[in-house]
Amino acid sequence: MYTTELQKQAGVTTAEPAELLAAFEARVAADEFIEPKDWMPDAYRRTLVRQMSQHAHSEVVGMLPEGNWITRAPSLRRKAVLLAKVQDEGGHALYLYSATETLGTSREEMIDALHSGRAKYSTIFNYPTLTWADIGAIGWLVDGAAIMNQVPLQRTSYGPYARAMVRICKEESFHQRQGYEIMMALAVGTPEQKRMAQDALNRWWWPSLMMFGPPDDNSPNSAQSMRWRIKRDTNDQLRQKFVDVTVPQAEAIGLSVPDPDLKWHEDTGHYTFGAIDWEEFYAVVRGEGPVARERMQARRKAWDDGAWVRDAATAHAEKRSRRQAA
Amino acid sequence: MSDQAYFDYLLRLGDDSLVLGQRLGEWCGHAPTLEIDLSLANVALDLIGQATYLLGHAGTVEGAGRDADRLAFHRDALDFRNCLLVEQPNGDFAQTMARQFLFSTYQRLLFQELAGSTDADLAAIAAKAVKEVAYHADLAAGWVVRLGDGTPESHRRMAGGMEWMARFVDELFVMDALETGLHARGLAVDRAGLRPAFDATVAATLAEATLPPLPAHRPVTGGRKGHHTEHLGHLLAPMQHLQRTYPNAVW
Repeated sequence: MYTTELQKQAGVTTAEPAELLAAFEARVAADEFIEPKDWMPDAYRRTLVRQMSQHAHSEVVGMLPEGNWITRAPSLRRKAVLLAKVQDEGGHALYLYSATETLGTSREEMIDALHSGRAKYSTIFNYPTLTWADIGAIGWLVDGAAIMNQVPLQRTSYGPYARAMVRICKEESFHQRQGYEIMMALAVGTPEQKRMAQDALNRWWWPSLMMFGPPDDNSPNSAQSMRWRIKRDTNDQLRQKFVDVTVPQAEAIGLSVPDPDLKWHEDTGHYTFGAIDWEEFYAVVRGEGPVARERMQARRKAWDDGAWVRDAATAHAEKRSRRQAA
Repeated sequence: MSDQAYFDYLLRLGDDSLVLGQRLGEWCGHAPTLEIDLSLANVALDLIGQATYLLGHAGTVEGAGRDADRLAFHRDALDFRNCLLVEQPNGDFAQTMARQFLFSTYQRLLFQELAGSTDADLAAIAAKAVKEVAYHADLAAGWVVRLGDGTPESHRRMAGGMEWMARFVDELFVMDALETGLHARGLAVDRAGLRPAFDATVAATLAEATLPPLPAHRPVTGGRKGHHTEHLGHLLAPMQHLQRTYPNAVW
């Protein structure tokens, strides 16, 4: 899964040595990777911490809507695949937290920021998974959107982030295929299954388009992020690419995209599509999504309920090292 | 030709893995750390894999056209043959680890023996699974020790988990007429013969964890005959929901 830039640029940059800054900008412009011990502007570091931790949090919160169906998966194979997929998401969170820690922020601090509401996660996970078809739709649309965003991030300027993204992308393309495969099976199934599939597409289509973030003319951080090569394509470019790729996939399995204004243009080779409800998007960013409360409650509860386990592991490790020292 | 006794035996093995895999799946996204979340999902995945092979094989032995999914999703509690231990609720993480440690320690010994079964298919399934189960047993033993010898709270919880599960241990080693007959044919393991090694491992781990020995308790049994605890029905209801609601659908 994926996340876009959801928070305002934090703070003002303090004066930084012009020489270092120029050398940094030149390296980035030459497509060199910036590594953890290299000098970097504070704002670059802060932007990365925000974007990468937001991405990690999205992986963790994203385990919840899919985890919701593990106990109800309709066959042993589907159950095993879903378990493996959700496990991958947790793995992605681990690489991303580790990559972010190379910037000097601990996992504890990041998790605390999530639980206190200071850090964001992708808006998409604030929507509920109501039927089995939603698991198909998440793989197909949400992970499909993730791939659009993450493939270019394999060339992002920060080395640890770029390298984490290489592995993540491979797994995401498996996730996208398994999602589409679920939808294919439903689309050729019984009338009830077809209904589920169409209903899931209806509910997930617009939130999926919102995942790419605000339109370019209202995305204040994009220009800087593009210049620093933290971001390689604009929100609208990625969104267009997603629509162009996904609409034919829906048609191929006989599902209709819930947009009366969707239109193919032979001359440009692109679709045009209807207006996105940005009011809804900003409301979800503010934490007013349909299941935002449930998601945060579940994360906080897991963390609080697990405190005694983490304490015990630390206490045991200390006892053990004391014994070894003695 | 259908071999009802052997079919029943394979259900016992397959249902153990299925029910425990299903239980562990409930943890997904809710574990104390991400690493624990991943390890529980990993164990669940192995168990669902075992269940798929074992129930598939059971279906073949039965010869009535039921595949693994048919057996998993279209039997009611009376026809499930798993032991009572695996259907116990997750409780807190200590209770989950107590159940996992006891079960995986037993299953490791069982599969080691089954790898020598005269049924080549079962032998192959067991030989593959025993490697996975060795990891499950070690993982769980590690947590039993960490929690038992961690903080006073974790010690209390770990002891509580063991206390909850202890009454279901004897059932793992009960030989009935069905299994005695299959054992004579080289198909089944002599469960009673696994007990000393099991007891030794459990005693050593509990001692290392500074936990008391498993409390003596009148055994609670019945799973192998389809007489389960109240928990199984609630586990099956969500698991079988889609297949039962749309019996003719292909997923």
